[in-house]
Amino acid sequence: MGARDVIVFFSLSLSLSLSLFGCGERERAETPLPNLKSVAASPQPAYGDTVVEGSIGEATNLIPMLASDSASHGIAGLIINGLLKYDKDVRLVGDLAESWEVSQGGLQITFKLRRNVRWHDGHRFTAHDVLFGFQTIINPNTPTAYAEDFRQVKKAEVIDDYTFRVTYEKPFAPALSSWGSLVVLPKHLLEGKDITKSELARKPVGTGPYRFKEWISRDRVILEANPDYFEGRPYVDRYVVRVIPDLATMFLELKAGGLDLMGLTPIQYKRQTDDPFFRKRFTKYRYLANAYTYLGYNLLEPKFQDKRVRQALSYAIDKDEIIKVVLLGLGAPATGPYKPTLWFYNPDVKKYPHDPAKALALLKEAGWEDRDGDGVLDKDGQPFEFTVITNEGNALRHRTAVIIQERLKKIGVRMKIRVIEWSAFINEFIDKKNFEATILGWTTGFEPDQYDIWHSSKTGKKELNFISYKNPEVDELLEAGRRTFEQEKRTAIYGRFQAILAEEQPYTFLYVPEALPIVNARIHGIEPSPLGISYNFNRWYVPRELQRYGQVALVP
Amino acid sequence: MTSYLIRRVLTLIPLFFGITLISFLVIHLAPGSPIDVLADLNPKMTAEAKQRLITYYRLDKPLHERYWQWLRRFLALDFGVSFSADRRPVMDKIKETLPITITINVLSLLLILLVAVPIGAYSASHPYSTFDKFLTVFVYVGFAIPTFWLALLALIFFSVQLEWLPISGLRSLDYANLSLVGKLWDFVSHLILPVLLSAFSGLAGLSRYMRGSMLEVMRQDYITAARSKGLSEAEVIYKHALRNALLPVVTILGLSVPSLIGGSVIFEQIFGIPGMGRLFFTGVMSRDYPLVMGILTIGAFLTLLGNLVADVSYAVVDPRIRRGGG
Amino acid sequence: MNWESVWRAVRRNPLTLFGGCVVVFLFAMALSATVLPIPDPYVIDADAVLEAPGGEHPFGTDELGRDVLSRVIYGARISLWVGFVSVGIAIVIGTMLGSMAGYYGGWVDGLVMRFVDVMLCFPTFFLILAVIAFLEPNIGTIMAIIGLTGWMGVCRLVRAEFLSLKERDFVQSARALGVGNLRIIARHILPNSLTPVMVAAILGVAGAILTESALSFLGIGVQPPTPSWGNILTSGKDNIQIAWWLSLFPGLAILLTVLSYNLLGEGLRDALDPRLRGMSG
Repeated sequence: MGARDVIVFFSLSLSLSLSLFGCGERERAETPLPNLKSVAASPQPAYGDTVVEGSIGEATNLIPMLASDSASHGIAGLIINGLLKYDKDVRLVGDLAESWEVSQGGLQITFKLRRNVRWHDGHRFTAHDVLFGFQTIINPNTPTAYAEDFRQVKKAEVIDDYTFRVTYEKPFAPALSSWGSLVVLPKHLLEGKDITKSELARKPVGTGPYRFKEWISRDRVILEANPDYFEGRPYVDRYVVRVIPDLATMFLELKAGGLDLMGLTPIQYKRQTDDPFFRKRFTKYRYLANAYTYLGYNLLEPKFQDKRVRQALSYAIDKDEIIKVVLLGLGAPATGPYKPTLWFYNPDVKKYPHDPAKALALLKEAGWEDRDGDGVLDKDGQPFEFTVITNEGNALRHRTAVIIQERLKKIGVRMKIRVIEWSAFINEFIDKKNFEATILGWTTGFEPDQYDIWHSSKTGKKELNFISYKNPEVDELLEAGRRTFEQEKRTAIYGRFQAILAEEQPYTFLYVPEALPIVNARIHGIEPSPLGISYNFNRWYVPRELQRYGQVALVP
Repeated sequence: MTSYLIRRVLTLIPLFFGITLISFLVIHLAPGSPIDVLADLNPKMTAEAKQRLITYYRLDKPLHERYWQWLRRFLALDFGVSFSADRRPVMDKIKETLPITITINVLSLLLILLVAVPIGAYSASHPYSTFDKFLTVFVYVGFAIPTFWLALLALIFFSVQLEWLPISGLRSLDYANLSLVGKLWDFVSHLILPVLLSAFSGLAGLSRYMRGSMLEVMRQDYITAARSKGLSEAEVIYKHALRNALLPVVTILGLSVPSLIGGSVIFEQIFGIPGMGRLFFTGVMSRDYPLVMGILTIGAFLTLLGNLVADVSYAVVDPRIRRGGG
Repeated sequence: MNWESVWRAVRRNPLTLFGGCVVVFLFAMALSATVLPIPDPYVIDADAVLEAPGGEHPFGTDELGRDVLSRVIYGARISLWVGFVSVGIAIVIGTMLGSMAGYYGGWVDGLVMRFVDVMLCFPTFFLILAVIAFLEPNIGTIMAIIGLTGWMGVCRLVRAEFLSLKERDFVQSARALGVGNLRIIARHILPNSLTPVMVAAILGVAGAILTESALSFLGIGVQPPTPSWGNILTSGKDNIQIAWWLSLFPGLAILLTVLSYNLLGEGLRDALDPRLRGMSG
């Protein structure tokens, strides 16, 4: 995956009461060899040691509301807490909030905050820090991408030092999910200052399990355990992220023992780590990522306005082939805009198995036939040709495009591929709707609301419904889904929403990739969940006899 | 000498403005803007949010105004604030990375000079010997091999197979706990492969050039004269010929500075070195205008400086240049 | 320029001859790619991902199961094409500016040479990176920018030739006869100054092929699915420990090609332009 293929959608998204279908598709792929097993049989949690992670891209800003890259959020997540977080079953639990109460039909949320929480500089954490963060994020002068959810708030107030209350204009189901780690800021360090010039961006002060220690630009970021963390001192003393921009080099570094943790590519997972050397030293994990890749059609293009054409293309594309070749089987076919296994996923929608004959029949119905015998379908003298654009820097998407191109060639549809550098891609092509079709991906969360992507009011320039999808029933469903908190109703609403999308195929939903982290086998305490593996990093440990880097003297 | 220096420096001024103008124009050829990177697949970022960011960055001003502002601040060595999310001054970022890139490049230059000159001279004094032929092969291969491929092969061989050298970065994790000697070795061992590989093609080129320059000098009358005076061959070569052959070599070395700096992108990427080449590449990929402009200009400025140093040292050695009026 | 002397020079030096033969062979291969009995370089085989050389695929397959031999052969077309067009651009610009500067002298010369100086100060690769990434990494942009940043050497060479040629008798007499400036440049001086330009062009092709591969390494070279040696080698780099064939063959192709162009170029230079003998740099 490319360096800049970052995950942005970071605000927690959740629902009030959540049930869970399955536990992600996790696989403890390799069994440790006997010599490690004796230790693993009765591993004793111990303090100490260091975990070194490899990252292709460098963090940019450790104030979460100002950053939009996964590297920054990953590090900041260990330093900074939110009011709420997900537990391993994707249930909403308190983080800095001890409890919360939703009242007035969902219009009001009152958070009771933990007492005796201190910022890493010793200052006491109070509700004023939350209010300050809220005011900062909705301030038009704050260059943040996350203000939208907070603009729905009519009133935010501090009731007392440990009680914080927000009131919404209308019921807003995604509300709770927004009170994650984006909004809490140390007021005593930022008040009256310009947040864009704050040194907290590079030397953050939080309340979390790890304290910021050092950032060597373009090289590494070092964090140290916070011995006073309110959930208890984390086991691993030190967490280091090393920036290694080249994938091949990073893999060599892992092999040589310089890294304990990195994300593998499908080829690395399947072909390069399947030998005794890796089996002995590392544990691999796999689970469906919170993302999907799609082929989106610009519905302002006349030829894509016919539903039968879009369905035909979906039949012509072999998703299984893409998953087999591009992901080497490490992924699942996508059927709609949600990843399977989440409660709002609807498995019973129309599917499009690879069927070229059906594709040709549908195209013929729509008027596309090879009349002049040149091997390309035509209609009114025009050949069926289009250009698909995708962003530079994502090898998986490129390969997907190439495979689709070959498949469409076989049914007489000529598809060209254009790869464009990211910012031009968005600015000149997507935002201006200056494209025929595009291969892109969305990161998804644990909240089904997708108003911004599918509602017909969001088809303006630079908005996210850039394929100009308009369906009155979908509009109604999306609005209703935001206004109700009842899970059953929401399941029905979003189930219907998925059925419509599957029938209409405004996108050909391609695949949900798997995340493929690999971790040094000496590290214990990892419990994969739909959230991934790093959510409980503060409970990871290395048994004393396996520790490699020794202990770090932590100053309380 | 002083007047030569002044004249030489004066010629640099128009060059300098030419450089700033060209780098500025190059960057504004491009469509797209850094705002988009912030919008990276984020369903929660709306049009108003983007517009707000555009006003914040003042990307709405006309081109010439942006250039004029930039130039004025540039003269005060203020390159503005980076577009990336950390919003740090560009100069701070350059200051962090420049020493690393310069260290590696200066070491490469030294290595090239120290190795290329003797082997070039040797093969010139023993033309068509086995060594000379070997050198020729080495030169051609050195020119022809894609360096990133060679670098990766070297990494696999020296670092993974033999485990002699570290793979990436500049310092080990436990650097702070090492003894002084340990620290030094740690640093040096991280630099060996990058320096060696970035010197590789330069080494090939310069030794070839040295050989040619030396052969040229050996044909000159004063060498024949020196020989006829009864000086030993070694004396002829190392006292008379070498010195004169070196002059054009120094100029060439000065001219190779831009390509070394350019090559640092590749090496810093492969070896994970936090230098200016990588800074530049990330800047380019995220359209960080101020950063790219700053580095392009600094890079050109360094070359200018390198050429000045080469020219002046040339003039110090060879008085004809000074009188010749530059 | 005299083709007979070129041929004599090539024949005399075995290395030059070798270079020349390889260059001719590569051309033949690139031109005949479509009629050679090799698989379609674009056909994907989901069941043959990263297969080792042997049997159906003498050079193995890549990460989409495509035949590496065909891709290397088709890559020759692209890589050579990039080399030729970009060098062509550089030659045209360099020759035009160089002949103007050398012929007219005075402020024209001053302006052109300052421009050359300015361009030479930039780390060329930085300039190329900036432009390609800011525009779009397609083959046209790549050729254009390699050409636009590579003309300075040619410009200097042509200028130097013009400076010496314009004082020669045949030019002076043409001028005395009232022949126009442009005609003198195009008919009388230019043809006599082409030898170093040709040598520079041959060496330039080698450089352009390497530049393309470096750009591919950074992900902004010729874009897939179009095969270029640079992008095949780059995908080989990521799989170097499990699929040596994916980097060895394109790597060797680049090595051999660049080597041959350099041998040919330098051989010709030595033979045709004794003043420059041995002064490679």
